[in-house]
Amino acid sequence: MLDFLSEFPSLGRRDLSALRQWIDEGFRTFSRAYGEQLEAFFNPLLRFLVWFQDLLTDAPWPLVILAIAALTWFGARSWKITGGTIVAFLLIGIFDMWEDTMATLAMISVATVLCIAIGIPLGILMARWDRAQSVITPILDVMQTIPSFVYLIPVVMLLGIGKVPGLLAVCIYAIPPIVRLTNLGIRLVDREVMEAAEAFGASYRQKLWGVQIPLALPNIFAGVNQTIMMALSMVVIASMIGVQGLGVPVLRAISNQYLALGLMNGLAIVALAIIFDRVSQTYGKRLQAYRETGRD
Amino acid sequence: MTEEEPKVRIKSLYKIFGDTPKVALSHVQAGMSKSELLEQKGHVLGLRDINLDIPGRKIQVIMGLSGSGKSTLIRHLNRLIEPTSGEIWVDGEDVLAMNDKALRDLRRFRMSMVFQKFGLLPHRTVQENVEYGLGIQDVDQGEAAERAKKWIDRVGLAGFEGHYPGQLSGGMQQRVGLARALATDAEILLMDEAFSALDPLIRTDMQTILLELQEELHKTIIFITHDLDEALRIGDRIAILRDGEIIQASDPQDILMNPADAYITDFIKDVNRAKVVRMRSIMGPAAPAQGAPVAVSDTIEEALQKLHAAPDGCCPVMAGDEIRGTVGIDAAIQALKAPAAAGAHYS
Ligand SMILES: Nc1ncnc2c1ncn2[C@@H]1O[C@H](COP(=O)(O)OP(=O)(O)OP(=O)(O)O)[C@@H](O)[C@H]1O
Ligand SMILES: [Mg+2]
Repeated sequence: MLDFLSEFPSLGRRDLSALRQWIDEGFRTFSRAYGEQLEAFFNPLLRFLVWFQDLLTDAPWPLVILAIAALTWFGARSWKITGGTIVAFLLIGIFDMWEDTMATLAMISVATVLCIAIGIPLGILMARWDRAQSVITPILDVMQTIPSFVYLIPVVMLLGIGKVPGLLAVCIYAIPPIVRLTNLGIRLVDREVMEAAEAFGASYRQKLWGVQIPLALPNIFAGVNQTIMMALSMVVIASMIGVQGLGVPVLRAISNQYLALGLMNGLAIVALAIIFDRVSQTYGKRLQAYRETGRD
Repeated sequence: MTEEEPKVRIKSLYKIFGDTPKVALSHVQAGMSKSELLEQKGHVLGLRDINLDIPGRKIQVIMGLSGSGKSTLIRHLNRLIEPTSGEIWVDGEDVLAMNDKALRDLRRFRMSMVFQKFGLLPHRTVQENVEYGLGIQDVDQGEAAERAKKWIDRVGLAGFEGHYPGQLSGGMQQRVGLARALATDAEILLMDEAFSALDPLIRTDMQTILLELQEELHKTIIFITHDLDEALRIGDRIAILRDGEIIQASDPQDILMNPADAYITDFIKDVNRAKVVRMRSIMGPAAPAQGAPVAVSDTIEEALQKLHAAPDGCCPVMAGDEIRGTVGIDAAIQALKAPAAAGAHYS
């Protein structure tokens, strides 16, 4: 009796290992059966990612810097940010991190586009149906809290090691904020404004595109921003499953205790983060010039 | 007065907020009061047995204190709120029988709305806000811009087309709201406390604009307010709501002279009667009178000078060239005193 209380009545070792084996076997069978199909499904994505990365690494570096500076200027319209970006990339080149940085840049850009393309529609869905919200919210909670190593396992089992599983891992980690903030932004749109649209006979689409999305943009942009930041923070973990980029030297630095190498590559990641952050934030702000007017 | 077919007809309309409104409805129909319903059944009585015929081309005011159900009532007309039971007819058409498409068309083409907090689209300019309803009507961009421009001019906002609502004062924002509603050319205009958020002076301005426009446009306007002076100034007819029920629906003079119960007597007791009671409400049958003629539509204040100057204290009351009756200074002074008892008559 006392035994029963002090020792938790767990499943026996044999049962437990049988259970684990059964799950693992099941998943292995599944991945043997569908792994190839999945790979084929993700193949276009892989080809695009490779193409984009090659484009960035093969192009003459001045051209790349020019293009990045132009994008920064277009996004932020600020000499300070554009100048800072140019300096950052020059330093990255001088410290011989150009190729890794381009690989990371390619990865993060594709991951962000993917997250936006999936995340915003999901957020819209959640805002429209409470039912969708109550189903998707706990999934997002799990995605954000589960240690990334845990979902690396099935991803690797299914797709092996390489760019695509890395991209998936990054997206799983980075997509929740854009979904959440799209949903929140739409739900926070002033009720009276929505009622006015309704009273004038607007259809669901007209309300969504004419009122809700434009007014939710600040939140949606905050979501994009967070998604980019989270994607960047996955760079090192992604490099563990074969993603090229700034994460690889960091990993090497960890295992060999190379302080300087780790620091330099780490700082390069930080530089990317700051550039992405400033550009996306100022762009988001510029989109809603009407808010600058004081009253509301 | 001969009544034509009402533009809008509301028949035994009930609205109950809560989880099981149909069950609560039976209690209400059995006579349960609003507070009992809330206490015992946890449901809020929004509207109880509303019957109202709203004539076309007139301003129907609906008045009541906060929480009396004014917003709830007006939102039933374009079905922003679904009733618990009852009927709503517009131009002889059953609004509750409309499918989604027909309902949207009703809102697009036949009814537009002005809101207390304006409900403007903050990310659109004044011009784009006024074009909003036209865009939804699928009017082409060029024509929409032209029509919007015309209404922006009419409400006195020329030159502000490119401003955002956030850059305008409250009064100006509501002019945008009014222009947006008028631009759709809908025959029915719903105004839910449209001027209540404005300062008194601006509010009077807006009332004047509305009355001037109405003189020309002859829309059917359903105007909600909790302000009696506003109601008396612009209303052709007034309905008074309390706890979701209409207590009196009549023309303003009738409400002033014959309040239906103590609640309304109380409601009207602070009004400046000299400015609102008109000769036609207090005149007696035509009789010899020595004073200068006054008009049926003159207020006591306007007529007082002539009444006072008349040797016998009596003036003939004219409608155009025609004598309609006679009014005496005593009746005028008597009418300045608010009716004390419910249902008192002063004619
Ligand atoms: N969605 C709702 N759920 C529950 N109760 C509601 C709802 N909408 C309105 N009510 C209740 O119905 C009653 C009438 O509300 P309504 O907003 O129509 O009043 P009102 O006359 O417009 O007041 P105000 O002058 O404050 O605008 C109130 O008791 C209110 O609490
Ligand atoms: Mg209200």
